[in-house]
Amino acid sequence: MRVGAIASMWDNIQILVTAPVFNIQLWLNGLSIGAVFALAAYGLALVWGVTSVKNLAQGDFVMLGGYLGYELSRHGVHPIVAIVPVGALMFGYGWLIYKLIIRRVIQLDLFTSLLATFGLAITMQQVMNLVFGPDVRTLKSGFGRFDMFGGMVDITQIRVIAFGMCAVLAVAMVLFLRKSRMGQAIRATAQDPRAARVLGVNTDLVYALTFSINSAICGVAGVIIAMIWVIQPFYGIAYSVRAFVIVTAAGLGNFPAVIVTALGLGVIEQYAGFVLGAQFQQATVVSLLLIILIWRQLLLRRHRLALQ
Amino acid sequence: MKVQISNTVRLTGAAAVAAALAFSGQAAAADTITLGSAISITGKYSQEGKNASDGYNFGVKRINEMGGVKINGKTYKLAIKYYDDESTPARTAQLLERIINQDGIKYILGPYGSGPTKAAAPVTEKYKIPMVEAEGASRSLFTQGYRYMFAALSTSDQYLSPVIELAAELAKKSGKNPSDMKIGMAFENDPFSLDVRQGVVDEAKKYGMKIVVDDKMPRDLSDISATLTKIKALRPDILAFSGHTKGATTATRQMKELGVNASIVAMTHCESAKLTSQFSAASEGILCPTQWAETLKYKDGVFGTAMDYNKAFLAAHKEYKIVPYQVAQASAVIEIWADALRRAQSLDTEKLRDALAATDMDTFYGHIKFSAAGNNIAKPMVLRQIQDGKYVVVAPTKYASEPVVYPRKAPM
Repeated sequence: MRVGAIASMWDNIQILVTAPVFNIQLWLNGLSIGAVFALAAYGLALVWGVTSVKNLAQGDFVMLGGYLGYELSRHGVHPIVAIVPVGALMFGYGWLIYKLIIRRVIQLDLFTSLLATFGLAITMQQVMNLVFGPDVRTLKSGFGRFDMFGGMVDITQIRVIAFGMCAVLAVAMVLFLRKSRMGQAIRATAQDPRAARVLGVNTDLVYALTFSINSAICGVAGVIIAMIWVIQPFYGIAYSVRAFVIVTAAGLGNFPAVIVTALGLGVIEQYAGFVLGAQFQQATVVSLLLIILIWRQLLLRRHRLALQ
Repeated sequence: MKVQISNTVRLTGAAAVAAALAFSGQAAAADTITLGSAISITGKYSQEGKNASDGYNFGVKRINEMGGVKINGKTYKLAIKYYDDESTPARTAQLLERIINQDGIKYILGPYGSGPTKAAAPVTEKYKIPMVEAEGASRSLFTQGYRYMFAALSTSDQYLSPVIELAAELAKKSGKNPSDMKIGMAFENDPFSLDVRQGVVDEAKKYGMKIVVDDKMPRDLSDISATLTKIKALRPDILAFSGHTKGATTATRQMKELGVNASIVAMTHCESAKLTSQFSAASEGILCPTQWAETLKYKDGVFGTAMDYNKAFLAAHKEYKIVPYQVAQASAVIEIWADALRRAQSLDTEKLRDALAATDMDTFYGHIKFSAAGNNIAKPMVLRQIQDGKYVVVAPTKYASEPVVYPRKAPM
């Protein structure tokens, strides 16, 4: 059995070597899905960095966004257009959740905020299940696909569009944080909330805004996921896990690294799925995270020893 | 003194009334046989749980309308007491303990899904309480030597094995050797889907077919594009998928997105994934196994033919557009209970168990006859193909209403 597994692994690598065109297919699929991970991870990194709340409900915000998009498209709104109102609605939802829950746990210890967002995740899953039902849903974008290399490589136009939108959103976020007054306030709060408060930054507003922006980004990611994959009230956890893996691997506060890691993760997942089989797709990612963490720990130890 | 007397009188009176009430309550209960079930009303399987309980209720209503069940000259009505297992097997087991110990119910209807059924069986076994289930198809349920569990449905290893049989038949017809057929497949990593996979593997071995892609989808992954890319490279003749609703949705969508096709494409859960309405053209030609179809020529004295059942249920439940087989098999379970009660002429659980084990009856859902392990061995799985947006029975040939479209045309 194990020999068979290794043999089929070797066969799969052979395919990639003899027909390199399939590498392109894997890269295209990986990058387009990595872009969506990047959105969820970016939002998580933002909230984590600024408020130090680790949002365990991240994936459920994504699902909620997907469902709002689904409801709007049922009323005749094209999913691509729906992204705007869904973003706005999710911004409002984020604000509400901040005022109701997050504000109360922000000053408390790590464990309390983890529990609070975990509870929020469960509540959101069950409410979505009651309201939208447990069926698996998808959104039809109505776009076709690009055939390349005589049909050997295919990519749906919606994936290309999704990739473009993720890029635009990421650039907009970077510009907002760098250039705008509020962006500067957010960065100041992330660095040192007390100093920021002393210098007249309304940190409560900054926290609320950060959380709401994250919620809106998740909402957009949700609509895109409904267009290229599927949504279901209980599938949010997969995105929470991926977002955590990405942010942990990329390192906190390093936004460009978050995006590169997310794209890389998408591609690695595809290769793992191709070579090892779909069952090892996520296992590979988590193993990589482990290796990165160990490696980083070793680097830190050497650093500490050097300091001593 | 006077006051005291009157108080005593009043108390005695109250006690008498209470006793009378209790007695009348008991008398009413004695005319009703209450079946118990822990079923998913909330959580992941709430939709499927509703299907099952709707089927149970519909069966009970019909049996009661027809006069109930006569045992030793006394007529009993049927009733069901439900608890919500929240789609978690551990809860199913707890609730069954409660149903049996606290509510004193001695006749059990199965929960929804193989997981909860697996959790329920040891409990009913421990108390020697018979359970007839309709929604747990996992093969592993019937290898534990359970004596008190009976299932109306075919086991999950039979879901896609008829596809391989059909493929061999079609290959021979078109002058090909069945052993030249290559299979590409992806199954979710859960007990049900792995059973389905085992059925395919065993059947493929029989014909000497080669499995070129054999991936297992993780539970929380809705992407099989890497697997499909491999399939694209290796071009198998037969594609088989099983991963509940998500698996069917993902496979259909991504096959279309990546331009993947094969002569035969088969998957489970086509209906619950609403393939025809969600994907229309992309779902054409897909083969879907089913426990039951309304066009089959089965019939009984309670519901009439399969088609009669279909019509009656749809008339009573406007919220359904079609009758999922999960509903039909749940109703069949009520018929099995009624039949066993009549034959046993007793409410004793041991006698009922023996009567259940000896079940040999025709129903609108198919013939029911249990193996020593408790699974129904008399009813085959049927294969339907999506043709012009409709599910048409194409195999086994005995039941087919249309010929199978082969090879499958690539959707535009």
